[in-house]
Amino acid sequence: MNTTSPSSSSGARFVNIGERTNVTGSAAFKKLILAGDYARAVEVARQQVENGAQVIDVNMDEGLLDAVEAMTTFLKLLAAEPDIARVPLMIDSSKWEVIEAGLKCVSGKPIVNSISMKEGEEAFLAQARKCMDYGAAVVVMAFDEKGQADTKARKVEICSRAYQLLTGIGFAAEDIIFDPNVFAVATGIEEHDRYALDFIEATREIKAACPGVHISGGLSNLSFSFRGNETVRRAMHSVFLYHAIPAGMDMAIVNAGQLDIYDQIDPALREACEDVILNRRPSVEGEETSTERLIALAESYKGKDTVAEKAAEEWRGWDVVRRLEHALVKGIDAYIVEDTEEARAAIAARNGRPIEVIEGPLMEGMNTVGDLFGSGKMFLPQVVKSARVMKKAVAHLIPFIEAEKQPGAKAKGRIIMATVKGDVHDIGKNIVGVVLQCNGYEVIDLGVMVPWATIIDTALKEDIDIVGLSGLITPSLDEMVTVAEEMQRAGMSIPLLIGGATTSKVHTALRIDPAYDGPVIHVLDASRAVGVASQLLSDTQRDPFVKTTAADYQHVRDARANKGASKLLPLADARDNAFAADFSEKAPPPEQPGLHTFADWDLADLVECFDWTPFFRAWELAGTYPAILSDEVVGESARNLFADAQAMLGKIVSEKWLTAKAVCGFWPCARHGDDVVLHLEGPQPPLHLPFLRQQFIKSRGRANFCLADFIDPAGDWIGGFAVGIHGIDPHLARFKADNDDYSDILLKALADRFAEAFAERLHQHVRTTLWAYAPGEQLTNEALIREQYRGIRPAPGYPACPDHSLKPILFDLLKAQDNAGITLTESQAMLPTSAVSGFYFAHPESQYFGVATIGRDQLEDYAARRGVDLATAERWLRPNLD
Amino acid sequence: MPTPSPARTAFLEEAKKRILITDGAFGTEIQNWKLSEADYAGTLGLAKDQKGNNDILALTKPEVPEAIHRAYFEAGADIAETNTFSANRISQADYAAEHLVREINLESAKLARRLADEYQARDGRPRFVAGAIGPTNKTLSLSPDVNDPGYREIDWDTLVDVYKEQAAALVEGGADFILIETVFDTLNAKAGVMAVRKLEQELGREVPIMLSMTLTDLSGRNLSGHTVEAFWYAVRHAKPLTIGLNCSFGATQLRPHVRALSEIADTLIMVYPNAGLPNELGEYDEMPGTTAGLVKEWADHGQVNVLGGCCGSTPAHIAAMAKAVAGLPPRKLPVPEPVTRLAGLEPFVMAR
Repeated sequence: MNTTSPSSSSGARFVNIGERTNVTGSAAFKKLILAGDYARAVEVARQQVENGAQVIDVNMDEGLLDAVEAMTTFLKLLAAEPDIARVPLMIDSSKWEVIEAGLKCVSGKPIVNSISMKEGEEAFLAQARKCMDYGAAVVVMAFDEKGQADTKARKVEICSRAYQLLTGIGFAAEDIIFDPNVFAVATGIEEHDRYALDFIEATREIKAACPGVHISGGLSNLSFSFRGNETVRRAMHSVFLYHAIPAGMDMAIVNAGQLDIYDQIDPALREACEDVILNRRPSVEGEETSTERLIALAESYKGKDTVAEKAAEEWRGWDVVRRLEHALVKGIDAYIVEDTEEARAAIAARNGRPIEVIEGPLMEGMNTVGDLFGSGKMFLPQVVKSARVMKKAVAHLIPFIEAEKQPGAKAKGRIIMATVKGDVHDIGKNIVGVVLQCNGYEVIDLGVMVPWATIIDTALKEDIDIVGLSGLITPSLDEMVTVAEEMQRAGMSIPLLIGGATTSKVHTALRIDPAYDGPVIHVLDASRAVGVASQLLSDTQRDPFVKTTAADYQHVRDARANKGASKLLPLADARDNAFAADFSEKAPPPEQPGLHTFADWDLADLVECFDWTPFFRAWELAGTYPAILSDEVVGESARNLFADAQAMLGKIVSEKWLTAKAVCGFWPCARHGDDVVLHLEGPQPPLHLPFLRQQFIKSRGRANFCLADFIDPAGDWIGGFAVGIHGIDPHLARFKADNDDYSDILLKALADRFAEAFAERLHQHVRTTLWAYAPGEQLTNEALIREQYRGIRPAPGYPACPDHSLKPILFDLLKAQDNAGITLTESQAMLPTSAVSGFYFAHPESQYFGVATIGRDQLEDYAARRGVDLATAERWLRPNLD
Repeated sequence: MPTPSPARTAFLEEAKKRILITDGAFGTEIQNWKLSEADYAGTLGLAKDQKGNNDILALTKPEVPEAIHRAYFEAGADIAETNTFSANRISQADYAAEHLVREINLESAKLARRLADEYQARDGRPRFVAGAIGPTNKTLSLSPDVNDPGYREIDWDTLVDVYKEQAAALVEGGADFILIETVFDTLNAKAGVMAVRKLEQELGREVPIMLSMTLTDLSGRNLSGHTVEAFWYAVRHAKPLTIGLNCSFGATQLRPHVRALSEIADTLIMVYPNAGLPNELGEYDEMPGTTAGLVKEWADHGQVNVLGGCCGSTPAHIAAMAKAVAGLPPRKLPVPEPVTRLAGLEPFVMAR
């Protein structure tokens, strides 16, 4: 289960609402408020935001309190704390007067929790209108004149009625959040057995009946019978969410720090919880009920401590300085904390300072690593492992250094690393960060989806020497230009480094460099990062280096300017030269049309389909698998990396760290010009998928391709798919907490392999079984990797179909969020990050190609076909223009 | 439901055809008249000096605001903003003129209405009157006392009443829209929206709102700490006719924020920057051609629907802008996805 979701503007899929600032839910908070200790109460709110709550729930409903006064006082104090006030608030009360008092203090757009039809339609609508006038979203409880909804039918009936009433007065559907009431299960009362299941099933029906709404609920009721048994309560909450989220629950009032990972719950306990929540084994006379089984198990459940065994090895007998260096160079972290402590204690014994451990043996070890890497004797995977060891050692020393109040080791320079707004990919950025840290630079990693304002604020506040930007998807290129423009505007002059898969020297020279007067440097890969940084921060080398690079970029611009734009065919001519497919050969209609979802594809099956070569490329090891394992230069490094990868893969599969979800579908269609027009079921209008056509001048009778060319104008079929690898976040969090960048990057790289393998495997399943146009296909894994099969699966954002903004259309067709849990950021990056999506074309002559540069004529034509203004089309297609 | 506003329909119709022009600064123009205390005070016999109470001129020396309105209409303005930035009970109390709030607003709106109608009759081009409401000098979100962060100088209900009194008089005098401008505190603006909503209920007809935020730092936040995106989500319920930015900076500094707002707001964008940044003497010396060139960039990028000036701008600036953007297409409204958009100081978007 994955309950963490990116915050702010990314489009959160599941929202954790902080529940600790609620007097009915937290005895500690209630005590503070009753005592009038608002200063500490504010700290409770701050902790929740720091722990990842995306919305803060505030509730002051307590008999001994003047709730209006308490709500007003607390909200005004929160407004004075920018770290807290940055997130939206949920004003929670059963009394309207308390809610309205809260609304008068909240300056953003909050959520009201809650209103209901308890007092009839008139009062309900009057309160809803007020919410509209104050500008608030609203939680509507499934409660009417007759009482609180307990059965599925009542929940659905009340919510549907409330939906009709609210949308009837112009209340935006997306601002409605239904709370269909979570009640306690396992109470021993038979009527309560279906409560959780009814909630889950009602959620699904309400989502279908009331388009646009969200579903929320308070979890603590669910496990009320197990008060005092936190293990069981947490397991119940996790199991409940595991089933309720796919059904459409997208918010919960929950203590985010106290949720267990579904897959890591003791299987026996998990199954017992599941039986109770899903009411899977209805009671039979004379047999033990699910509730009784869970109660019995709850009693016996005890946490187990694992005993870690440490193998004694020869080098453990060496002196501590040598051991530290050995550990760093070999990347062994098993003993680093005790060795670091031994070194620190020894230095302290002779009145030395803890910083000397860093400046002495640790830096020496890292210098060795830096030299080996610089001279090509060590490769990235090992460097990242070494960095993990260094980080752990430093983490151990920091409290001692701070206790002394002495400044830390002086870094060679401070560098910001950030993946820009709208983008979520960070393997490359993390690798560069690690390499820089290994070489003595201090790296401030701002993470992913970082808005430019944060980058600039940090740069100005933290006395930064260099800013490094990363991005993988093409819209990130535009965002990097924005960051450059804003750095210029902020009057900055420090160097700006650009890196990431879609970035290039040409783009940097043409678009980014002119936007910023300070040095702008494109960094091709991690191995260049240190060289670039050291030259930029060197008194003697900086100016010549900056000058050479600037001249180089000017040369790129001049070459581009002289190249002219005359080498494109007019769109009409390109269309005349379209590819003429032989439609007598087209694929038959699918055997199994419609949508197909796969909630949990066998991971072991996917491992069989791995294409390992790109995995090694991610670690900057050049070569083709399996030959790379015996490569003279990088072979040893590749073998070690491969062994670590296999070990982690074993755990991923056996302990089921990840869940592979997918959806695919097929739709009847026809080609219409360069559009493929889909005929959807029911009363929906035909859907146009506009594609782009090559316009560069072809030689020797080659066609100007467009994906639409592979579709028969007289009627045909097209498919689509999305696969996503879920569940990575808790493991990454674990690695991060452990200062383990190596495992972090390794897992991300493996998750990407799972996603790619899944796309390959699903495509095969489509060809042989679902669409079944190649039922007898028999291919080896190598043949699969070499794509020796019929049909293609081009992805939006890639060369044949460069417009990323087709993704939302594809996702709507697939209902990819509901069916595979995949969402898109504003720049159309997919979440989870390890995901693949695309279209299926089945025609035997269909093939991959690059659209490359298109002309203004096609841009205008495309904007009109796509129904967007020119500027929007230009933004999406920027990489294909000029 | 209140009766829909015909002025909204007419305004939207014009805005489809071209980039509209609103007027420029009043304060700096009034300074050119070098008025004396006697000019300001007139025969009202108020207890305090009136020099600097620009809004009171509607009662004591109406030829001054009239001449300025005329100059802006001559320069090509489509909208007259009433000279009522401080004509609210809180600000007028400083001049012991709080009992004149209704009269000042009524007369100011009548004046602007009469001139707008006169110019419209001349050439048939529609002219509009925006009743301007400033932020007052009190804030609902911040404490003036650093040692008592929960303290507020004013409360919501009081501020709603203050705004409503002013808005009612402006509408009575003939204002087509209520322009809640120079919003440094988002909560104050929300109170302004509530005031207009209440007024609509009483009048039984729609009173369209125009909203204009002012930034206090270059990263793009106002004084209450909201980013441009968060501000938009916090006030989108007002269904404003225009949303935009004014004051605090020149066009150069506003540029990225205009772009950000223009990408997300599904309503018209109105921006009226200062004429650059003040020089060391506190004077604005950006030349009309310079300002016009800068705002034209937004027009070239299809980012604006209404342009005008704030502090330091003159009829010459407005004329230069009108000329610079004549014939350029107005910004097309984006169609945002219907997703849940919440806001603290920062925006928060939920996936569908």
